[in-house]
Parts: sequence; C-alpha cells; structure tokens
Amino acid sequence: MRRLTSVPCLLALAALALLGGCGEPQFSDAEKKAIASLALNTLPSLKPDTTNQYADAPAAAALGSTLFFDVGMSRDGTVSCSTCHKIDRQFQDDLPQAVGVGHTNRRTMPLAGVARNPWFFWDGRRDSLWAQALTPLENPLEQAGNRAAFAHYIKKRFGERYERIFGSLPDLSTVPANASPLGTDAEKTAWSAMPAAQQDDVNRVYANIGKAIAAFERSIDLQQTRFDRFAIDLGTGAKPEGDAAFSPEEILGLKLFIGKANCVTCHNGPRFTDNGFHNTGVPPVEGLPPDRGRVDAVAQVDADPFNCLGKFRDGDESACRELRFMVKDGPQIMRAYKTPSLRGAATRPPYMHAGQFATLEEVVAHYSKAPPSVEGVSEVHPLDLSERERAALVAFLKTLSD
Amino acid sequence: MASIWRYILAGLGLAALLVGIMAAVYLTLPHSASGPDLSRSKKTANGLFVASFEPERGVVRQGELQSWMLTLKTAAGAPVEGAAITVSGGMPQHDHGLPTSPQATDYLGDGRYRIDGIKFTMSGWWQLHFGISAAAGSDSVVFNVVL
Repeated sequence: MRRLTSVPCLLALAALALLGGCGEPQFSDAEKKAIASLALNTLPSLKPDTTNQYADAPAAAALGSTLFFDVGMSRDGTVSCSTCHKIDRQFQDDLPQAVGVGHTNRRTMPLAGVARNPWFFWDGRRDSLWAQALTPLENPLEQAGNRAAFAHYIKKRFGERYERIFGSLPDLSTVPANASPLGTDAEKTAWSAMPAAQQDDVNRVYANIGKAIAAFERSIDLQQTRFDRFAIDLGTGAKPEGDAAFSPEEILGLKLFIGKANCVTCHNGPRFTDNGFHNTGVPPVEGLPPDRGRVDAVAQVDADPFNCLGKFRDGDESACRELRFMVKDGPQIMRAYKTPSLRGAATRPPYMHAGQFATLEEVVAHYSKAPPSVEGVSEVHPLDLSERERAALVAFLKTLSD
Repeated sequence: MASIWRYILAGLGLAALLVGIMAAVYLTLPHSASGPDLSRSKKTANGLFVASFEPERGVVRQGELQSWMLTLKTAAGAPVEGAAITVSGGMPQHDHGLPTSPQATDYLGDGRYRIDGIKFTMSGWWQLHFGISAAAGSDSVVFNVVL
C-alpha cells in the first residue's frame, strides 16, 4: 500500500516539493528494528575467553603477533599464518582455496571479529580460537610442521619471551626433533615412543603457542561501514548525510535483504551471521577431495585434545556449553557450512567455502535460483528475484565494505 | 499554479481510491490463524502432567546459549520427581531442527528441571518438543516460542 500511495505523492513532490519527507527512505517499524539489529553499534563488548587465561595479556598478544607473521613457524620456513591471512587484505588471500605448503580445499576466512565465533573453520572443526590456531601449524597442506619441532623452535627463538608469559619451559633435551600424533609415519612413531609426561609437556607448549596467537587475533576487530552510519542515522531519526545516504537501489537491496530475499534469516546480528551451519546447496568443486562440511567436523572437534573439554583448557567447564550441546548427527548437518559474516565481503571475492563463486552477482544468483544440494537437503528455496532486485542486493552488500 | 493543484487533487483522489480498494480487499480476505499457541504453561498431550516452560533468566535472547526451566506437576498439582526428559524441536516454517542439542541437565527440586543448551539463532517461530517419562507414565508437550 505504501508503494501505491507513493505514486501520487511522488507526482506532487516533483511538481512542488511540497510534501517534504516523501522522498526520504521509508521503512516500517519492523524494518527499522531489523536494520537496527544489524548495526555495528549493537555489537556487545568482547567477552573474556576463560579457556585462555592469556587471552587479554598484552605480552601474550605481542608474542602471538610475532608468531603469526613468522615463516619460521612452518616445516620449510616459507609459510606463516599471514601467508593466507594477509594483513592488508582483511586477513584473507583472495584465492578460491588457500595455498600453504600445499594446495588446500577451503577458502581462507577473514579474521575481523574472529574472537566472537563459537566455532572455527568453515565446518566448525575447532571450538576455540586457540585450538583453531594450532590446526594449520600441523596441517601438511598449510604450515606442515609438528609440535615437537615447534616446541624446540619456541625455546630457541622465543624462550625468554615465552617464559615471561607462561612460566618455565619444560626440559626438551630428550624430546625428538620431529614428533607429533598427526604427522608423518616417522613423526607418529617418534611421538608414540615419548613418555606420556613428555607428550604432555610438548602439548602444553603447543597449546600456549595457540593461546598467544589467539590473544593477538582478539585485537582484530570489525570496522564501521557506510551501512552502519546509515543505520545509526535511521535509528536516531537523523537524515543520513554524505556517504551515509543510501541510493534508491541500495535501499531496495536493504529492504530485500531483510525482507523477501530472507538473507537476514541466517545473516543476522551486527556480524551478519547466526554462527550456525547450513546446507545452502553450494556445489562441490571438481578435483577437490570429498567435502561434507559440518557432518564430518563433529567427530573431529569431539576428538581434539585441545577442545574445551580437554586438559589444556584454562578456567572451568562452564565455558564448554557450545561443545557440550552441539548437534552431532541428523540430516541438517550434511554439507552444512558456517554462515560467514558479510562485513567486508564485497571486496574479498571469491565466495563460499571453496571459492565456488567469483562475484557477488553469482552468489545472489545462486540464492535466487536455489539449486538442490548434491548431498543432504538445501535449506534455501527459490526466490526468483528479478535482475533489478539481484543488482540491488549486490549494491546493498557493497555498503558493508565502504 | 492551477495545474499543480490539479495534480495534487488528482493524487489525493487516487490515494483515497487506493486506500478504499485496499481496505475492501483486506476486509474480504479470510483472516489467517492467530499464530501458534504461545502459552508458557499447559497440560501435556495426554493430560498426565502440567508443564511450564520459562527462560531461567526471564528474557529470551537471540543467538545466545540459554537455559530454560521446565516445571512438571501432576494434574493434582504435586511436583513430578525423577522424570526422564528428551528435548527436540526446530522451526516448522523452515523445515529444520534446532541448532543445538539441549538437554535436561539438573533437577532443582519442586518439579523443576533445567533445560540447558537452547539457542535460537534466528527470529521466527520455534518449537520445542519434550518427551517426559515419570512414575505416572510417559507423555509429551510442545511449546512454541516466537522471536
């Protein structure tokens, strides 16, 4: 009805500019509420991470930042966290799949606001930022190292800094140069020959490496965008000025985002994510190993010795409710992947968990068409958006990057 | 000037006509059901128990793990002790289940059971189904929550 009554209204406005306010963005109260819920100013302050007692220790963050950019933290001395999480590229690498020591099967995720995630990686196979940071270090396709070698390296290069934060390093004199329960056959053999107490010592150093890197990553925060300035003005009733003013196309895109296109169903809250896992029918990439997403990650996070219920957690078990109450089976987690934040997305193609789509136009076209999933059931239903509507959604998404 | 006023008059007339048409359409349309039953206390399906379901901290927040309190009384009003409770649910309009696996984690006495691990990740109509087994027998109850 609003659209219909606006026809004569616009006529009158064109003739006389008499009906002030008619050309302003018009949103219903429900739309205004939805828009306000997406604005960055509703983001609560970052909660302490009780599982990492060093999470907010500046010295730990400083060591973590050194380690994050140190290519010495890899098997062949060529790869660091920052190889794929590039500081000048939103901490991602613009590639469809990350390339470390080898070629992986997943898209690098950006890091802004990462400390707010309950789950890590596209499939949530880790449950804390510090446990996440450990995983690429030993992945043969990423940093390809092993925890015994990392412990020796820390002692040699950063021993004093480490001990000032975490206390004395253990005696590593009889620890093999290379050993890990996840490494090559030789590394696994070396690991299983180590006494349990020595394995514990190495695991403790290894966990602390993750805790230092996590302390650094907690500082990587989300930035205010044009959308936030628009939303704040809309909320306070001020007229959005300058770049906070939205074009009619951006307004249409925003209305579709929170309305007919149902994007906000999953991309909700100030981070534009529900932190959940969904099958949205994104096709697999030919040539990559089979990838079933969340359904296979559940057992991995359950078995991870560095998970919240493991002995390397600080604080008490009350921090482990996400792990304790996670969905472990059922059809809904087949080929389900994490809802990514859309903040900054427009300037970091390609999209989806293996970089399946090169442009936002392709992403929006996928959701409009909603093809069935190759395995499991897609949660999205065809929208049949017009070309104009698809373009408007893309225009709106760009306001989350400016 | 006269032509401008004519435009405005025509515009207002058109608007009035449209309002009339929309009102007529609205009034003649069959009204949709008034939505799911949102009561927080009800009899279980077979009438064995009276169940109440409330957020433990009073407010429902989207996207946060929350604990709720399920209070079970017999039809005569006595607290139900030692009940085995199963929890399932989802969003009927989206055809998907719960994003977490809530469980009855504690018995707090007086028929009160803590249901922890509930997370509503999106706005809309959610359903929680409880299977209840106690000395009096087995029954079930469904609560609707709309965010």
